[in-house]
Amino acid sequence: MSRPIRYMLIAGIGVLVLTIAQWITDTAELTAPNTAGAALRLAIPILLAGLGGLYSERAGIVNIGLEGMMIAGTWFGAWGSWLYGPWNGVLFGLLGGAAFGLLHGLATVTFNVDHIVSGVAINILGLGAMRFLSSITYNPETGGSVVQSPPVQGVGSVSLPFFAGGDLFGWRSPDLFGWLDRQGWFFISDLGGILKGFFGGVSWLTLVGLILVPLTAWLLWRTPWGLRLRSCGEDPWAAESLGVSVLRMKYYGVMISGGLAGLGGAFLVLVQAGIYREGMTAGRGFIGLGALIFGNWIPSGVLTGAFVFGFGDSLRFRGPDVVRAFILAVAIALLLAAAYAIFQRTSRRAVLMGGVGAGFLVFYLLVQQVPNQLLAATPYLITLFVLAAASQRLRMPAADGARYARGEAR
Amino acid sequence: MNRSSRLLTSFVAPLLAIIISFAIASAVLLLVDIDPLGAYGEMWAFGTTTESLISMINRAIPLFVSALAVAVGFKMGLFNIGVEGAYLLTALIAGYLAALIALPSVLHVFAILLIAALIGGVWNGLAGWLKVKRGVHEVISTIMLNFIAFSLNAWLFLNYLKADIGGLTTATALIPESGWIPSLNFALGWFGVEPRAGTELHGFLVIAIFLGVFYHFLVNRSRFGYDLRASGINPSAAHASGVNPKRMIVTTMVISGSIAGLVGMSTLLGFSHRYVQDFPSGLGFAGIAVALLGRNNPVGMAFGAVLFGFLERSSIILDLKDVPREIVTIFQGVIVLAVVIVYEVVSRYAQRRAIAAAAQATADLEVAVMA
Repeated sequence: MSRPIRYMLIAGIGVLVLTIAQWITDTAELTAPNTAGAALRLAIPILLAGLGGLYSERAGIVNIGLEGMMIAGTWFGAWGSWLYGPWNGVLFGLLGGAAFGLLHGLATVTFNVDHIVSGVAINILGLGAMRFLSSITYNPETGGSVVQSPPVQGVGSVSLPFFAGGDLFGWRSPDLFGWLDRQGWFFISDLGGILKGFFGGVSWLTLVGLILVPLTAWLLWRTPWGLRLRSCGEDPWAAESLGVSVLRMKYYGVMISGGLAGLGGAFLVLVQAGIYREGMTAGRGFIGLGALIFGNWIPSGVLTGAFVFGFGDSLRFRGPDVVRAFILAVAIALLLAAAYAIFQRTSRRAVLMGGVGAGFLVFYLLVQQVPNQLLAATPYLITLFVLAAASQRLRMPAADGARYARGEAR
Repeated sequence: MNRSSRLLTSFVAPLLAIIISFAIASAVLLLVDIDPLGAYGEMWAFGTTTESLISMINRAIPLFVSALAVAVGFKMGLFNIGVEGAYLLTALIAGYLAALIALPSVLHVFAILLIAALIGGVWNGLAGWLKVKRGVHEVISTIMLNFIAFSLNAWLFLNYLKADIGGLTTATALIPESGWIPSLNFALGWFGVEPRAGTELHGFLVIAIFLGVFYHFLVNRSRFGYDLRASGINPSAAHASGVNPKRMIVTTMVISGSIAGLVGMSTLLGFSHRYVQDFPSGLGFAGIAVALLGRNNPVGMAFGAVLFGFLERSSIILDLKDVPREIVTIFQGVIVLAVVIVYEVVSRYAQRRAIAAAAQATADLEVAVMA
């Protein structure tokens, strides 16, 4: 089977599992357009942070300062939008994050400071510096304070014409997916609902985020520049001997990293909230790091991770029965995977999948309501679980976090 | 490294970092049209009153303990970012349990401290276990465990452990007086210091000093400490000389976590006497900064903790003088970066000087042989 067909098949089975799960638990919200739309909206900042981490770590610089860079992005995003309109907000957020990326580069690349130490410092500094800036800019304004900005204008959204009812030169085109969603047909309507959520009312910035995935894959794996950048993450000494300007590539990596994390922060302000609030990143920079690890330092993997975490995040805002339906769906999916593993005669995986799947099934049967506070911990639990279960199969860049100085032996 | 260059790196580096941080903070203040010297003057005048100095020590205590927890890991090349989650989770559970048990006064306190150390040790030991058994890097696992601890904390607190105490405050039940750590104000009296009513020097100071001494002996004077430092400097050499690296990792994380569990105890047993909704947070992250500033040396970390405590206390006055007090957070963030950068530069300079001296000595020797 070719790859695209396989992915489509897996996606189809996924939707079928969701449909069955919500049919059993008697809810319709799991495949409603709202849920899919929210999942997409919540996945993008995580995706951007994760892609940011990808550029940095592929160049060999560990970046746990993503959170601080994202915080800078939220503040500068709001400030730019407040002063000059939403698209300048996007630009400001990007540059604000990149500035902190530059700082991280200065510490780790030029001064050879331990990457984690620098990252921790950036997270402390990001929070403090943004609050300081708020106190001198937003605080005197009406609606603003030390911890939040006045409401700012957000970036607009778009719907796909003919399929999700987008406007075409002022004419409102038909809404195929929405129509399907309303029909109440088993599976077909559920698929329509999910697609309606993905293609209707999508922010322009979401499109930017999604386009960045193939763009990054192309840039890093199909261009000479990308090869040079990755070689700095795998073996900077060899790269140096081949004439690559390692220090410059590392700087590119961390600055793009900061820029993308900042873009993720700007997204939170300009698409989700319409306002800057202190602490609004709520650890999403770290979840982005989790998505990066989950995705095995590959763009498509980061995208998958971001969607898993984004979907988990979106469940918090739905009712408890939706969460239960989702847990059942996970249980069914895992048990199906276990059955497939038995069919493939890989007994260890079958036992693992079956065991975890059974665990989810028991959880579903016993627990009536999953508390929101625990739901918030799911991305972190999944990351830990993936790391613990599959650390042999994960491969980070070989010289990620290594100290490197020009002209010195390893 | 010889004596003079060690002196250079251990004293000059932090001092230089503090000066640089002051310069940057001043530049930031100048940018927004605030006179930095005036602001520092206000901070100094307010920060050196008796009440402020006591508050400074009270703030420094948990920071110092947190720094000790981080430093134990640092000594063997383990980065424990999980102090934050460990101490918050521990403070909640220990605070809840402390209100349940009834014991004679001193025993009660030690029972709580033991429970706290146990919970913290298990929680951070988990990261050690994950590293040894599953190869998960401790930085990632402790970051994730932090957030899991925050969630667990919120869930347990709001659903099970909070007490029905009425009013607007959400808190666990009050710990009986036998579980309180008395203040040290009586000792201040010996020195003729009479603080205003309501100002109390936390009694946990004694335990913190004991922990500092314990840390010094553990790391520098014990067999375990030798193995610890050896593993930190050269893991394969330590392994070859019979150190079990896996056991060292787990033990170190457990010790680090046990100390982390005690971070919140100063406030819990000496001040609030119950876990409250706005229990001080951020001490775990600040502890990393203090450990870096003090270069894992107990005396250095004590100085760092006192500096941070002073900055936090004295910044309160800035609000009244229309100076954004967040300048102090910027200062703290800058100082972490500055201290590691300066240390890197200074030690590179010292190294180069040592190499030059060695080269000179060789050259001299050659001249002598030729003659």
